[in-house]
Amino acid sequence: MSDEANKGLLSPLRRKLLMGMAAVPAITMLPRASFAQAPATSAVNTTGLAVTDTEVTVGILHSATGTMAISETGSIEAEKLAIEQINAMGGVLGRKIKFIQEDGASDWPTFAEKAKKLLVNDKVAAIMGCWTSASRKAVLPVMEQYNGMLYYPTFYEGLEQSKNVIYTGQEATQQILAGLNWIAKEKGAKSFFFIGSDYIWPRTSNKIARKHVENVLKGKVVGEEYYPLGNTQFNSVINKIKLTKPDVIFTDVVGGSNVAFYKQLKAAGIDLSKQALLTISVTEDEIDGIGGENIAGAYACMKYFQSLDNPNNKAFVPAFKKMWGEKTVIGDVTQAAYLGPWLWKLTVEKAGSFDIDKIAAASPGVEFKGAPEGYVRIHENHHLWSKTRVGRAKLDGQFELIYETADLVEPDPFPKGYQ
Amino acid sequence: MTDNRFFNRSEFIGILVLAVFLVVVLPLTLDVFRLNLVAKYLTYAFVALGLVICWGYGGILSLGQGVFFGLGGYCMAMFLKLEASSVENTKIQSTPGIPDFMDWNQITALPLFWKPFSSLTFTIAAIILVPGIFALIIGTAMFKRRVGGTYFAIITQAVAAILTILIVGQQGYTGGINGMTDLRTLKGWDIRPDHAKIVLYFFEVGLLFACIMIAQFVRHSKLGRILVAMREKEDRVRFSGYSVANFKIFAFCIAAVFAAIGGAMFALNVGFMSPSFVGIVPSIEMVIYTAVGGRLSILGAVYGTLLVNFAKTSLSETFPELWLFGLGGLFIAVVLAFPNGLAGIWGDYVQPRIDRLITSRKPKPDGWTDSSVADGAPAE
Repeated sequence: MSDEANKGLLSPLRRKLLMGMAAVPAITMLPRASFAQAPATSAVNTTGLAVTDTEVTVGILHSATGTMAISETGSIEAEKLAIEQINAMGGVLGRKIKFIQEDGASDWPTFAEKAKKLLVNDKVAAIMGCWTSASRKAVLPVMEQYNGMLYYPTFYEGLEQSKNVIYTGQEATQQILAGLNWIAKEKGAKSFFFIGSDYIWPRTSNKIARKHVENVLKGKVVGEEYYPLGNTQFNSVINKIKLTKPDVIFTDVVGGSNVAFYKQLKAAGIDLSKQALLTISVTEDEIDGIGGENIAGAYACMKYFQSLDNPNNKAFVPAFKKMWGEKTVIGDVTQAAYLGPWLWKLTVEKAGSFDIDKIAAASPGVEFKGAPEGYVRIHENHHLWSKTRVGRAKLDGQFELIYETADLVEPDPFPKGYQ
Repeated sequence: MTDNRFFNRSEFIGILVLAVFLVVVLPLTLDVFRLNLVAKYLTYAFVALGLVICWGYGGILSLGQGVFFGLGGYCMAMFLKLEASSVENTKIQSTPGIPDFMDWNQITALPLFWKPFSSLTFTIAAIILVPGIFALIIGTAMFKRRVGGTYFAIITQAVAAILTILIVGQQGYTGGINGMTDLRTLKGWDIRPDHAKIVLYFFEVGLLFACIMIAQFVRHSKLGRILVAMREKEDRVRFSGYSVANFKIFAFCIAAVFAAIGGAMFALNVGFMSPSFVGIVPSIEMVIYTAVGGRLSILGAVYGTLLVNFAKTSLSETFPELWLFGLGGLFIAVVLAFPNGLAGIWGDYVQPRIDRLITSRKPKPDGWTDSSVADGAPAE
């Protein structure tokens, strides 16, 4: 067997060598090939990405099936809309964007496998994708090993920074601190009760929130409880809330658990118009399932609400509904996903190249003035400068904007004093 | 000549064909990325192999093989994670030198049960022993009380559910739902680049054939016959003076150890371990691989695993939104039309034709054909 094994070992190497030799004449011939308005492929793509004279291929990698499909579908739709709009405007460096969609199937290893396929097999120039932290953690080593570029849309826990990722959502301090400041000032809140789903994002978010409450706001955390993902029994924690009577309930319960949580809260007689509740995990998408009547009055801390009143958003919302149906709602992450293809296009044009290293280097400072959330800019740490906003849930499932920070908040994935 | 304790002539040819397929054909035709995918599929073949012994021959349906796959995988992943979490690599953490997920969960020192996993020898022993002993405990508790059939299947499912909840819940110690990611080196040898993937592939194929040989040996030994007899009429075996429980425990333990080897190879090949391989759904999927391959066929298990996973990958690449329906349809079709799986199709339709072709051309040599065919086919 060892002989055969050696043969097998050598053969891929040999094949690669042969391919390399075959490619030499092709490369030397390319510069003469095109003198159109679009820059020559050989000039904008020196690393063998899937870029031709007329097309550039990107990957879309989200869960279209499985438990996360309900959340990630909005992101897929937003990314497809952005790609269509960019193509209608003439594409990127004169090339139309073509996308290859892969299904992560709500399964983290599948995400890693598909990311690898997109990079190694399809040579995509960028990947718009991932949603949960777990899927990003699975994909990250692949992106770094094969030098890809990921545009990641979800608000997340921070403690991460990579050359190969642009984080278009908020990291934890961006999402949480301004909201806590606002509610402490506005409601005179001193005592907080934390409830979260039991995984890395709520745990880290609450750790940051606790430090902020205790050290900066000089308040008190009177309870901190975690429930498994998918949990639907919140009665015991609701009793504790009734006993401790916190000024603010601060929640990062995710997914389907929210439906049970808000219904049981209402059934227990906790009236959200009197009891302040600040959530960092409920967007318009989740309210679709929870029901506006069960959550009306709660505050949510996000960077985008569908109801935002600015010219960009007034063009974005109808365009989204025209493409995906009148009944669709647009949550925070959906908007952040929409930013991905645009930021990539702007970065490629700034760099004058599709090469990953050049894009990574050119990213800091790229600004997108047409963002539905308003102006955004990429920071040196590959996160976005963006505003923090607080909205109040209404009966119709939309949020009413209550507060927004005056300036863009600086992303700080490794916050000092919060770890 | 080729008749021995491991295989008869037709089985020998089958193993040879599989060896040529895995060692020569696939590496020559696939690029490294696809070859690594095959390596990933083959890790499930270990589980399927175990299920052939335990379910196909012993009649013990376990819907919790993911537990053993996971235990083996986590043992390996713990070793690799410790190596990847050197002080140098984890400078940015509040406590350098411990795995990143512990740092996120405010753990400041390496837990005691993690410490031995810095030794590769201990880890390899643990990969075999932890699942083996766990299976021994479950098996003893169940089979000594004569719990079997559906009840046993349900209990194994419950165990799979419990272990998943435990791993997800204790995220400070296990990485929780994220699992253990970013595994990098094995004793300083980088497991991520292409040449490492190729070496790992051949190492895994070697291990797989070792397991196939063990399975063949079990099948041809007296033990294999007792297992079949037990499956067919448990009471008769018991009344003949055999300890039925002990044989069942043994079959279950072998299946567990095979699954654990698969899990460990998974962690090495994919650089990743997560609770999504431990629960009920993956455990049932592993039973499906065996069913598609043919639960009585040792080689069928390997082919079944490869076929289902190839279908899964190519369907999901072509139809990202509809592929699950296609896959579901495929399972239903196979189970309805061919209850003995791929091996059944081969044995019922293809093999007889080949035999006829051969026998019509040359006269049958005396001696081996008749006896070995009768010998090799288990009572079904």
